[in-house]
Amino acid sequence: MSVEAVTAQRFRPGQTVHVIERPALGHCRTPWYLRGKTGVVASVQGAYRDPERLAYHKPGLPSQVLYKVRFLQTELWPDYPGPASDHLEADIYEGWLESAS
Amino acid sequence: MTSSPSRTTLLREGADGRAVHDVGGMDFGPIDRDEHDLALWEKRTDAMLILLCSKKNVFTIDAMRRVIEDYGQQAYDRTTYYEKWIRAIRNLLVEQEIVSPDEVEKRMAELASVHRANGRRVSAETIDWAKGGAA
Repeated sequence: MSVEAVTAQRFRPGQTVHVIERPALGHCRTPWYLRGKTGVVASVQGAYRDPERLAYHKPGLPSQVLYKVRFLQTELWPDYPGPASDHLEADIYEGWLESAS
Repeated sequence: MTSSPSRTTLLREGADGRAVHDVGGMDFGPIDRDEHDLALWEKRTDAMLILLCSKKNVFTIDAMRRVIEDYGQQAYDRTTYYEKWIRAIRNLLVEQEIVSPDEVEKRMAELASVHRANGRRVSAETIDWAKGGAA
């Protein structure tokens, strides 16, 4: 059994993170509406081969840590009409996150 | 029975910098929630994708997404779910040099003539090879 290279986990649950606001070059799993937004790491989902590389027939290594990040709906949509505590969770790869503190 | 797909292109106001599929939060009106049974070709398309990705490792599901996302807006909006799949499968089989465009065209022409000879209707619509072309 081979052990695949994995990037180090930079964030931990509860930490506030910022989704990097940059254009996507090719295949990208980070939706446009989350770029530039701030959320909190809800959990660490594991490490997976990088889909941005797999999409071009590359091995996608080292694997990227994938986080479940929680955003307040009011942070995402300026006119959000629901309760202020409503939130949205999205899977974001580490390369798209930076520390917000 | 497969419902007739909508063949319209949707306005993407303020969509600067987004890929054609990345429309979360934009207003496209109400969602059509009608269910329909899958046509045989749609089931076969699904089976082919599983075979090519999981069993044969010809390409990844990520590559398939990339090809679909690279469609021009018109082709993206005017094709149905499985039409997007079958077009992407075809283009990836060519990209990975499993078949050539000529082989695909030749086989399509053969099948069309068989169907016509048996009195079946053959659609005049073709799926453009160019990535931005209309379907």
